[in-house]
Amino acid sequence: MDFPIRIPLGKWVEVFVNWLTENFSTVFDSIKVIVEFVLVQLDSFFIWVPWPVALIGISIIAWIVADRRVAILTAVCLFGLGSLDLWIIGMSTLALVMTAVFISILLGLPMGILAAKNPRFDMVLKPILDGMQTIPSFVYLIPAIMFFGIGNVPGIIATVVFALPPMVRLTSLGIQQVDHEVTEAGIAFGSTPMQLLLKIQLPLAIPSIMTGVNQTVMMALSMVVVAAMIGAGGLGSKILYSIQRIDLGVGIEAGVGILFIAIVLDRILQGVTKKQQDAIMQQK
Amino acid sequence: MAEKTIPKIKCEDVWKVFGPKGEDIIKNWDQYETMNKVERLEKTGCVVGTRQASFEIAKGEIFCLMGLSGSGKSTLLRCINKLHEPTAGKIFIDDQDITALSGPNLREIRREKTGMVFQHFALLPHRRLVKNAAFGLEIQGVDKKEREKKAYEALELVGLKGWEKSYPYELSGGMQQRVGLARALATNPEILLMDEAFSALDPLIKRQMQDEFVKLIKKVKKTIVFVTHDLHEALRIADHIAIMKDGYIVQQGTPAQIVLNPEKGYVEEFVKDLPKTKFITAQDIMQKPDLWTMPVGSTSQEVMNKMNANGLRYAFLVDENQRVLSTVDYFSLMSCEGTLTSLNDVPKDQLSPYYKLVTVSGDTFLESLLGQSADTKIPIVVNDDQGRIQGVISRETILVSLRSA
Repeated sequence: MDFPIRIPLGKWVEVFVNWLTENFSTVFDSIKVIVEFVLVQLDSFFIWVPWPVALIGISIIAWIVADRRVAILTAVCLFGLGSLDLWIIGMSTLALVMTAVFISILLGLPMGILAAKNPRFDMVLKPILDGMQTIPSFVYLIPAIMFFGIGNVPGIIATVVFALPPMVRLTSLGIQQVDHEVTEAGIAFGSTPMQLLLKIQLPLAIPSIMTGVNQTVMMALSMVVVAAMIGAGGLGSKILYSIQRIDLGVGIEAGVGILFIAIVLDRILQGVTKKQQDAIMQQK
Repeated sequence: MAEKTIPKIKCEDVWKVFGPKGEDIIKNWDQYETMNKVERLEKTGCVVGTRQASFEIAKGEIFCLMGLSGSGKSTLLRCINKLHEPTAGKIFIDDQDITALSGPNLREIRREKTGMVFQHFALLPHRRLVKNAAFGLEIQGVDKKEREKKAYEALELVGLKGWEKSYPYELSGGMQQRVGLARALATNPEILLMDEAFSALDPLIKRQMQDEFVKLIKKVKKTIVFVTHDLHEALRIADHIAIMKDGYIVQQGTPAQIVLNPEKGYVEEFVKDLPKTKFITAQDIMQKPDLWTMPVGSTSQEVMNKMNANGLRYAFLVDENQRVLSTVDYFSLMSCEGTLTSLNDVPKDQLSPYYKLVTVSGDTFLESLLGQSADTKIPIVVNDDQGRIQGVISRETILVSLRSA
């Protein structure tokens, strides 16, 4: 039996996206230029730094923000990455992830703040965020290509779409969870809304915001692999290559390389989060 | 022409209704009055926090809002600095209608006139004590050196000298509340709003904090609105108390008025088990001194006539400033001629300790008057802080006040 109606959703979206590409090409072009610029700077910097310097430098950072254990783990992972002959390509992945995360934070933080302060905005935002997280990520690779062509930039944009929600949600949550009485205290002493935000709400929301950053990084890392399908470089392209050739060896090596980067980023960020938490909670 | 003094804080018919139909509920209160809270919430989606609250607080007074949880006392307090916007009614601070204020003008009031202390301290956990105490000044834009100096002073005032660089979590509850108090005092506001400030502390610390607080307040001279659910606390520290139930003020008065003449029903129930001798003070029960006093220079005959007329055995000889010079005893007077000009002329019953003159201040509690009146047969003299006689308490008066207690 036939279904009574057929909604041409696909057609509509196609028409809409086409209309966008035709009329806002300058906007997309300028976004592309900016993102590309950031990416190229980061990428060439990471590749320019000799591996021993990077290895030691990142380990020292890990020691400072976390502890000795994390520093050793970081050194081992980075050395592992290099020993699989994946250093350069790994650094490209790192640059991709960093760029995507940077953009996610830049967008997600103010959106989260706004969502926490404005219930109506929150109401509108919530289903959109849900959609961004649940629609299979492959689907929005297509509009990304239409807007930005093929290459690293659409890969990063798709990654941002995928990695943004936790940043927004956890920023909003962190602000909403600030002790009501402490917020009241801020107001009672005559804070302006901006003072309240900067001196009370944001500092107290930092553990939650850092958890958001951590999740955003992890999601970005998983997405850059998918983004390789539309021409993003890095370890993702290597994995894609191995799938196309059914080359298990290359695939495993690249996968382990991603794992190493994931461990390093996760542990360092967790260290930061924990330090912030300790400063705010009642323990040391 | 005595100018009428302006009350520091004045509330006129203040309502706070939480929910969408506040105005409607106030307009048609007759309809809603008989409903209980749950019915009202189901029908209208509103909760009445405070209704028809009116009171005046004089400058320098400690005013207690007392009631059980849910009685609207904290809501009413928050209306004073507009953490809650009153739904109806007016609130004046120094004759300025603050209900009309918003934005920068309101912030001005919050910054300069009011300070607030919270039940759970509401300190900023990521800041050291100095920075916590300096918070109000920081918000005002006072420069760092100045505000930290004032924060140090405030912390010293509340007894936390030496802890300035600590974090709140390193402190006990009592000490954290001192920081809360220091933060409120650092901006030197005229009004302190205290929301169950001592309720979260354990009983011993609480008691100690109350005592220190009363002492401190005498030093810094602030007008204080104090919210508490503890009647003992209210009676110990307040000059005036307003007792609240279901959002409205059932009774207001001095602690003694509350204890001696509780409103029938609700307040009576509260006051029933109180050890009243701990709350009634000398000035609540003393009688006017005129019957007992005779100016220096009166003849013994004059004194005896007056004592006869009033049926007294003892009288007090006072100087022109109403300071008691000595006690005169009727029987000793009989053997005495002429005018009583100086102490030497007055025959005194110094032989027995039971005839010693006892003077107390007006805020002495009945509890201690009991003991003192047992030590002397002469009525107790109540002096003001200049040493002038204000009132007299005879043994009979004490007995009568005990009966009513």
